Amino acid sequence: MGLDPDKLLDRVQEQFPDAVLERVVARGSEATALVARDRIVEIATFCRDDPELQFDHLSDVAAVDWPERPERFDVVYHLYSIPANHRLRLKVHVPEDGEVASVTGVWPAANWLEREVYDLMGVKFANHPDLRRILMWDDYPYHPLRKEFPTEGEPDVPRDYHVEFPPGLERV
Amino acid sequence: MATDVEQAQQQIGSGIQIESIVETAEGRRDMTLNMGPQHPATHGVLRVVLDLQGENIVNSDIVIGYLHRGIEKLAESRTYTQIIPLTDRTDYTAAMTGNQGLCVAVERLMELEVPPRGRYIRTMIAELQRIASHLIWLGTHAMDIGATTVFLYCFRERERILDFFDAFCGARLTYSYYRVGGVMADAPPGILEQIYDFTTDFVDRLAENEELLTANDLWLARTKGVATISAKDAIAIGLTGPSLRGSGVPYDIRKAEPYDAYADMDFLVPTFPEGDVFARYMVRIEELKQSVRIVRQCIERMPDGPTNVEDPMVTPPKREVAMTHMESMINHFMWNIHSFRAPKGEVYSAIESPKGELGYYIVSDGSNKPYRLRIRPPSFCNLQALPQMIKGYMVADVVAAIGSIDIVLGEVDR
Repeated sequence: MGLDPDKLLDRVQEQFPDAVLERVVARGSEATALVARDRIVEIATFCRDDPELQFDHLSDVAAVDWPERPERFDVVYHLYSIPANHRLRLKVHVPEDGEVASVTGVWPAANWLEREVYDLMGVKFANHPDLRRILMWDDYPYHPLRKEFPTEGEPDVPRDYHVEFPPGLERV
Repeated sequence: MATDVEQAQQQIGSGIQIESIVETAEGRRDMTLNMGPQHPATHGVLRVVLDLQGENIVNSDIVIGYLHRGIEKLAESRTYTQIIPLTDRTDYTAAMTGNQGLCVAVERLMELEVPPRGRYIRTMIAELQRIASHLIWLGTHAMDIGATTVFLYCFRERERILDFFDAFCGARLTYSYYRVGGVMADAPPGILEQIYDFTTDFVDRLAENEELLTANDLWLARTKGVATISAKDAIAIGLTGPSLRGSGVPYDIRKAEPYDAYADMDFLVPTFPEGDVFARYMVRIEELKQSVRIVRQCIERMPDGPTNVEDPMVTPPKREVAMTHMESMINHFMWNIHSFRAPKGEVYSAIESPKGELGYYIVSDGSNKPYRLRIRPPSFCNLQALPQMIKGYMVADVVAAIGSIDIVLGEVDR
């Protein structure tokens, strides 16, 4: 493996002392940095271009829903460096009505990944070139990965997918 | 205009629908073509909308989601063991690697160490699965371009691998064979010798396929220099697996972050720098040979001993014990009701599936179910590169390009 996870985080923190809000190293191998939402593009660009970090590959963008928290969503970026062979997880907190800047300009791979987060979680990405739904159809009214969405689906709308439950078997 | 579209539609048949035809000022007729979702060469339900100038593609939009089943959502209400059958249904041409990705991720989260025999069996199965998956790819890819014989040869070989899997776990396609901390059952007696014999035959059979394609002028004309992507673009757009190695980037998770028994294995990571359909084809053909090497090494060095972690919290007691000892029976019952708990925390773990980087991101709240399970599907991220690959090429090349990135729609849509 490449750089030690602590050194990775040190490197990012040196550059952005006020933007790294929290740092965690899990099981001695996985580095996570919680960063300020409005600085994400800056930090992503630095991570990609820095000669020590060289995060040229964006593995994944995911979102986690924490409904009780004031800033409800975690948007999680998994970065990987092919030349240096190390990973870093960047995280930002996003409120329900807020948005986070898209990193499509840094890694084009973010395009579909962010569209999926928008589709299933409802997190909006500012400056995204093409923020449409990707898995659900265009006029679908919900964001199904949110915690309040029932696993068996909303039975009332849309009309085409209406499910009649027999009496006594209504969804609780 | 309507009759114009109808006439053109009659000429090209019903495989592709014409959406519109626009007459430009220079008298050229620009078309918007709708390929799929029911098109044999899209390997499932994929819709590609192509904007054409003459026969050249100027723009394309990919519409997916027809097979979306909400596997990530379903996983939130199931225990880790119950999620394993869901992972079968992501990449259904390589269900074993779906299982493996989940199990490796949960093991990393729980910091479990699988015993050597378990790791070797898992590695061997994963490589057999890679062979089976690449055989489906080779057969369908060749058939899309017009070589029907290869399809039949490939499915004949794949059938033998499915028979082995049947002997291991009783299923031919959706295996659920891996378990957190090991595998469902040890290898049945005598199977390892049979697999070894298969690998010997397989090398010859692969040479037959190669004779049909690698030096075939028609094949070369359809694949060389088609749908190229440079290494820099490929990394930026997020390609992984054989599709990335076909652009000359030697990124293979089996080498970069070895899991299971890959650290003990001796194999090469084939790369070809051209970045076209032919390079991606050659990478997979060479990978088949490397997979055979790994399978053989696993069988030759197969250690004895237990296959699963010896922790009663993770591994349920064996049936014989559970049926004869009271305590084990209670343990068995409790395990089946409550399963095990994973510690609070999060993990991202990636494995090299036949399609590319298959990542599982698990957020655990300390219970027996994941709080959030995210699958990073290689097909989804690879498919994203398709518009870039086919821009400027012709309609017939789209079929070659889709085949060359080896997508499975079950995994794209989840």
